[in-house]
Amino acid sequence: MIRAAMRIALFVTCINDVAFPSTGIATVRLLERLGVEVDFPEAQTCCGQMQFNTGYPAEAAPLAEKFARDFRGYEAIVVPSGSCGAFIRDIHPKLRESTDPPPVYELTEFLTDVLETEDVGAYFPHKVAYHPTCHSSRLLNLGDRPTRLLRRVEGLELVELPGAEECCGFGGTFSVKNPDVSAAMGADKVAHAVETGAQYLVAADNSCLMHIGGTARRNAAPIKTLHLAEILASTREAVAA
Amino acid sequence: MSGTYLGMPAFPAAARVAVQDTQLRANLTRATHTIRDKRAHAVAELQDWAELREAGKQVKDHTLRHLDHYLLQLEANITAAGGHVHWARDADEANRIVTELVQATGQTELVKVKSMATQEIGLNEHLAANGITAYETDLAELIVQLGHDQPSHILVPAIHRNRTEIRDIFTREMAAWGRPAPEHLTDAPADLAEAARLHLREKFLRAKVAVSGANFMIAETGTLVILESEGNGRMCLTLPDTLISIVGIEKIIPTWQDLEIYLQLLPRSSTAERMNPYTTTFTATTPGDGPANFHLVLLDNGRTTTLTDTIGRQALRCIRCSACLNVCPVYERAGGHAYGSAYPGPIGAILTPQLRGTATPLDASLPYASTLCGACYEACPVAIDIPEVLTHLRERVTENEPGHRAEHAAMKAATYAMTHPAAYRAAETAIIKTRKLLPRKRLPIGPAKAWTDTRDLPELPPQTFRQWWKDTHR
Repeated sequence: MIRAAMRIALFVTCINDVAFPSTGIATVRLLERLGVEVDFPEAQTCCGQMQFNTGYPAEAAPLAEKFARDFRGYEAIVVPSGSCGAFIRDIHPKLRESTDPPPVYELTEFLTDVLETEDVGAYFPHKVAYHPTCHSSRLLNLGDRPTRLLRRVEGLELVELPGAEECCGFGGTFSVKNPDVSAAMGADKVAHAVETGAQYLVAADNSCLMHIGGTARRNAAPIKTLHLAEILASTREAVAA
Repeated sequence: MSGTYLGMPAFPAAARVAVQDTQLRANLTRATHTIRDKRAHAVAELQDWAELREAGKQVKDHTLRHLDHYLLQLEANITAAGGHVHWARDADEANRIVTELVQATGQTELVKVKSMATQEIGLNEHLAANGITAYETDLAELIVQLGHDQPSHILVPAIHRNRTEIRDIFTREMAAWGRPAPEHLTDAPADLAEAARLHLREKFLRAKVAVSGANFMIAETGTLVILESEGNGRMCLTLPDTLISIVGIEKIIPTWQDLEIYLQLLPRSSTAERMNPYTTTFTATTPGDGPANFHLVLLDNGRTTTLTDTIGRQALRCIRCSACLNVCPVYERAGGHAYGSAYPGPIGAILTPQLRGTATPLDASLPYASTLCGACYEACPVAIDIPEVLTHLRERVTENEPGHRAEHAAMKAATYAMTHPAAYRAAETAIIKTRKLLPRKRLPIGPAKAWTDTRDLPELPPQTFRQWWKDTHR
């Protein structure tokens, strides 16, 4: 699929930058493969969601301002996180006085709505279950965008996750303020994922996957977690190599 | 609010106990998932649900903006129809008014229609302290009362009990309150219902005084509306000589036409029915028909304070359907008691800290009893944006309550680092370097301990995305 080159800015998110750089790298490789010119404004840091959701909007406001400043002048912003994407879209306007940044697209929105593509030429010969994270489904209304993309991945077998719409229990600082309920929810999510027989549990948010994956590893559950971008970036050549 | 819950531990500690109670977890999961699925089906039947929901929201918002007008209209109409209206600033005042009204009848017992307002003010306990016995007649409230228990759900107060537990409670306790349970009572639902029917029937036939709440009050005619499933409420509303209704001031709607919206929204959202079995409407007194004496106690108890908060006030739209409880993954695991008030679940997490304030550790912990997953907002038939109110109340807690100093300092430091690129890069490097020194499992203190008690930390990669970008794209 070839389109006139489009120049976008990647907002990688702070957690991906430090803990899951492979997701950021996959996003860049995927977009470049699709003919998109990707830039990474290096001043970027964090959207401020943790501060806001924990009850510190005054600490989140400077980050909303900074975000608008850092991304001024681009055609669009792509973010490989449903949660950060929803926060920027829904809450930043309430925190920010400066001019609006360019439109923000969660990765699957950008692929299906802007690039109007579902087959991104990916190859991933594994059994996969998709977990629609709460903010990607209820705040961004991603709907079937992620699964439309996954269904077109060569070799991939998509299986249905029981109780898919139920929260995994991460919830930002909820995970440490209410650790027992959080852990119980995480354990149920892992059990459902294992039930499917999938090798990978996939989602559009690494923060949720950090919680689900951490729970799975602690319990030696036979399931791995992986960000959607890394599947879409995966190609036959990459798998062979 | 009621003193019943004072001294309860904060939500996380209470939830920890509930999470470990496997019987409770099983009861709650089975019950909430059943109602959840049925509700989704009942709602999907209506093609104009979104419009109904919007109408339900707007009528409530309009009424709350003109509450003074409609309350006075209601009072005038009830007075003209032979009723008496009392205004109660708080729980103490409401309890005192009701107690005096009952004492004036010379009675020492009364029957009750299921009512959230009376749970909120702890009426039963107050009446008991004054020598008056209040008999709950809603089946689930009866189970709770006989079990010396607290309700754990708005619609299904005994949701935490299964059939066998209910059979045991009936067999053990009914005799002390009136007609004993039949011998060799089984746990078949029909047998349990028959035992309750026999036990309650003698109460209905003897009662001279009844106490109720109301789902709606219609200002234009001074009419109260009560929706129920069992018909026990109607027994209380029609048989006794004196009826005392205690109703929160936010339960008012302007007209009968407005009621049409809620008669569709409420049953489908609560019991997943197209229409509830019994809807009783009554306007003060009618000679020769029903109670000869009618008193309405209008309850504020924190509602006007809540109304002054432009974000928090949307909680007053609530029609007590329980849809938010039934879809809440936190409620499902923590159970209703952990919320420490008559209002459990997501609605309780935003209502209780507004009605009672956030001065106790329990009340200050309630706004944090949510992952902000948004399932409650999606299910709410009057579109209360519960996650929005939760984060708003978290701000109130961090500003006003002690114990947030260290957290505030950490948040400030994080924002400083994130707005100063050099500091951010230094912090990133520090995280990656120190991370290698720490184990992935079982960190000793603080949030790190809370995480690693049950979860591994992710393995941090040797280089950040930022570093990779520099190496490959510059």
